[in-house]
Amino acid sequence: MCRTDRVPTAGILWLALVVIMFVARSIAADHKDLIHDVSYDFHGRRMATCSSDQSVKVWDRSENGEWHCTASWKTHSGSVWRVTWAHPEFGQVLASCSFDRTAAVWEEIVGESNDKQRGLSHWIKRTTLVDSRTSVTDVKFAPKHMGLMLTTCSADGVVRIYEAPDVMNLSQWSLQHEISCKLSCSCISWNPSSSRAHPPMFAVGSDDSNVTYGGKVQIYEYNENTRKYAKAETLMTVTDAVHDIAFAPNLGRSFHVLAIATKDVRIFKLVPMRSDRKESTSTGPTKLEVQIVAQFDNHNSQVWRVSWNITSTLLASSGDDGCVRLWKANYMDNWKCTGILKGDGSPLTSSSGQPTAMSTIVGSSVQTSQNALNGMSAGR
Amino acid sequence: MEELDVEPAITNIPAASDGKHLGFAWGPGDILAYETLYMAPGAKGSGCSFIHEVRKDEDIYSPILRKLFNESHHIFVGLQTIREDLPSKNKKTQFVSISKNYRSVIRACMEELQQVAASVLVLQVSILLAIELIWNLCEVLFIDAAPAGPLLLHLLDWVRLHKGDVDEKAREVLQSESPAEHHDYWDVVVSYVLQGRFEEARQMLVKQATLQPAARNMYKLMDTLLSKMPFYNPGGTQTLTEFDVKWRHWHEEVDRCLQDNSFASNQHLEIICKILVGDEDTLLEHKELLSTWYHFLVTRLLFCHPTVKPTELHYYAQSCMTMFLDLRSVPEPLDSILLAAFEFDIHQVIKDCSIALNNWWFVAHLTDLLDHCKLLQSHNLHFGSNLREFLLLEYASGLFTHHSLWQLAVDYFDNCPEFGHVYLELQIERVPLDTERKALKVLRICEQRQMSEQVRSICKIMAMRALRNNRLGSALSWSIRAKDAAFATLISERFLQDYCARGTFSDLDLIDNLGPAMLLSDRLTFLVKYREFHKLYEENRFSEAAKLLLSLITAKIAPRSFWMTLLTDALPLLEQKECNVVVYLLLELGDMEKI
Repeated sequence: MCRTDRVPTAGILWLALVVIMFVARSIAADHKDLIHDVSYDFHGRRMATCSSDQSVKVWDRSENGEWHCTASWKTHSGSVWRVTWAHPEFGQVLASCSFDRTAAVWEEIVGESNDKQRGLSHWIKRTTLVDSRTSVTDVKFAPKHMGLMLTTCSADGVVRIYEAPDVMNLSQWSLQHEISCKLSCSCISWNPSSSRAHPPMFAVGSDDSNVTYGGKVQIYEYNENTRKYAKAETLMTVTDAVHDIAFAPNLGRSFHVLAIATKDVRIFKLVPMRSDRKESTSTGPTKLEVQIVAQFDNHNSQVWRVSWNITSTLLASSGDDGCVRLWKANYMDNWKCTGILKGDGSPLTSSSGQPTAMSTIVGSSVQTSQNALNGMSAGR
Repeated sequence: MEELDVEPAITNIPAASDGKHLGFAWGPGDILAYETLYMAPGAKGSGCSFIHEVRKDEDIYSPILRKLFNESHHIFVGLQTIREDLPSKNKKTQFVSISKNYRSVIRACMEELQQVAASVLVLQVSILLAIELIWNLCEVLFIDAAPAGPLLLHLLDWVRLHKGDVDEKAREVLQSESPAEHHDYWDVVVSYVLQGRFEEARQMLVKQATLQPAARNMYKLMDTLLSKMPFYNPGGTQTLTEFDVKWRHWHEEVDRCLQDNSFASNQHLEIICKILVGDEDTLLEHKELLSTWYHFLVTRLLFCHPTVKPTELHYYAQSCMTMFLDLRSVPEPLDSILLAAFEFDIHQVIKDCSIALNNWWFVAHLTDLLDHCKLLQSHNLHFGSNLREFLLLEYASGLFTHHSLWQLAVDYFDNCPEFGHVYLELQIERVPLDTERKALKVLRICEQRQMSEQVRSICKIMAMRALRNNRLGSALSWSIRAKDAAFATLISERFLQDYCARGTFSDLDLIDNLGPAMLLSDRLTFLVKYREFHKLYEENRFSEAAKLLLSLITAKIAPRSFWMTLLTDALPLLEQKECNVVVYLLLELGDMEKI
């Protein structure tokens, strides 16, 4: 089948029909200062927000999609950088970390019935983790199959892993591991894979701006024999400050995918080299082959956050250009930007909920289609 | 393979100004965006910032699209069950029938959308229209795979189906006082001719003929020409060659009429004659009536080359497109897609559709059908799956975020042998367990597929939730279902504590009817047996009660913390003359104390 030369397609007229997203709803967050993190719970029915106003707010989504703030309380004596939910198997549990050098664990207490009627709930502090001597920059729960484990990283370059041995008593946490990364840490990400082929693994990013210090991303892996975490790999090609890091959900792949927010967006593939686990003695962590899959500098300068959607089919990144970009790989594993969210500074109108972009563009194909449609039902 | 290069669409977030960063959070089916500033410890932010929920535009059409998703799901599941061993002729008929089913579902959806008058929906309707147009062509070319002869007839049907405004105009003309004098009259006649609808053209012409008795012969001649044009009959005995010969004779006859100036005095009939002979310039003069290059293509084939072979199509398609479109106008993605179809480049069609339409429903179902027709070569994708599965997974993942459509997605994942299972595992965990009923629904799906970890996890979540709300009975049944011995122990403890505090048991129905499930944990077994002891006592079966109490101690499943309580329970037995038992009890306890 020979092909004629393809006429170049601009596709502009049809792009109108490709508008992907719109603002469905805007929620007045009511924080008195900058919001630093917003985190959905596991089922997407609740969210937590944290701010420089030192508080955390919890929001519940009602059946009709409206969000209501059901709790708001002061959590720290400094800006709260991150807030994260534990897996619902452990109940309703939140962790927060702050500039005030602490991380804290909070549990929701089922309140009096009149509180419930008023749509309020109470959260109480179960523990404060005070081991860090500097600002705690990230807090993450480990994958649930490891039990209830909390990880923090700090500007003092230390990653700390805590465990609550008794899930019913959240005031007891023990510091299980203290890992010195030597460079100021800004972010951690656990490999979500619970496959037995992969021992527990996490990645740490450093925002140290001195490029002579080498790799700013370190990968640590748990060793069953030594019962300790050992460094498996340092990504030497990442020399600029790293602000965020995210392992992709593993969909039955044999390799790991890691996204990094640094001076650009980078996606790495980490391929375990050792195939026969049975032979592993205490010779150390799995050797990983590091391949770069994609690199995007569209944000023009620093990239601050990266995060995967649930099926790891979309990666979102946020950068200095004030945009959020969505990245997607097609079935040939070619990555492309498929959408951009951009602040336009326009005032919030009361008519949010309408796709604003759509009404402005109409393609010529629409007119023809309309004519054809009028006769559609008449035919056949 | 060159790609349609599409610029990403930009969504504006209001109230987020320049110089600020945009934070985000992924949610089920949406993404939250908010104004922030990263790494600026000293910076002061604005007080009241907003969090914006950003969604895909498809959500607006959900209520109507839902029907499309539901009905196509039904067709999809049916398609998967077509047996491999059927003879290919039977399969082809079935596949064509399934293709037609899909298309009728699309049309039904379109009609519904049209009922709802909203400017925003016009765009969605156009998308569906394009989809149906493309699908129809794919059905003709790939699935039905008509050979030369029937091919043109199918293409004619295709064009007629998508150019229905002729009938509307015709209706208007016919309903007027004097149809033959209506200003659209000749447009209608010519349109009929262009679409090969000669019967209708002739009927219209009769009206004109009666008005012009002087030109009666001319109209008679035209009527004859129109009635004599041969159309290939697939069911008949005539071979294609025979048909071709007949057609050429007819063509020559029409040409003679032109040369003879038979219609010279009537400009309209002259034009029709030129069309019948396939004169390109005349056809192109009627661009407005043709309205699309593919209509032009089919018309040109009808009057120049009705025995066109599938392999020859793309030559004509390319040249017709070039002739029809202005030098200035840029072909749209729809044009490239149709062209790729005429070139029988199925993969290009699918690829262009995925990019241009941003509508997984269409490419997923069409690709699946084409795959069943064995028309797709298997590409080895980087993660070892194939195109069909990739698209189905994309589509189904999108369904999963809907509060009710997620159940349809399960069937799609079931039919993706490579990754369907792991995708399902990942996504079904996230279905919000709003009610027990919903949780049970999710559980059933997991249990049917031996997804034991997900079963355990869901039950644990429900158990935890129940425990937090002090619904011990519910918590207990969920932990039993989760086979979570540790949790069952914990809850049994709570039951026992409750009993100590209040002197009564709660959830008696549950505890009394656990059966073998009570063996999940020692504490649970103790709880059940201890309750049994109380029941026996209430029924005045003191001897059995006493024996049971004793066995609880000797079997060592009674928790130490409970011994005092047991002793207290034993005391009344003294009155019942079960002194022996009590004595044994005391001795046992004494022994155990020493150990």
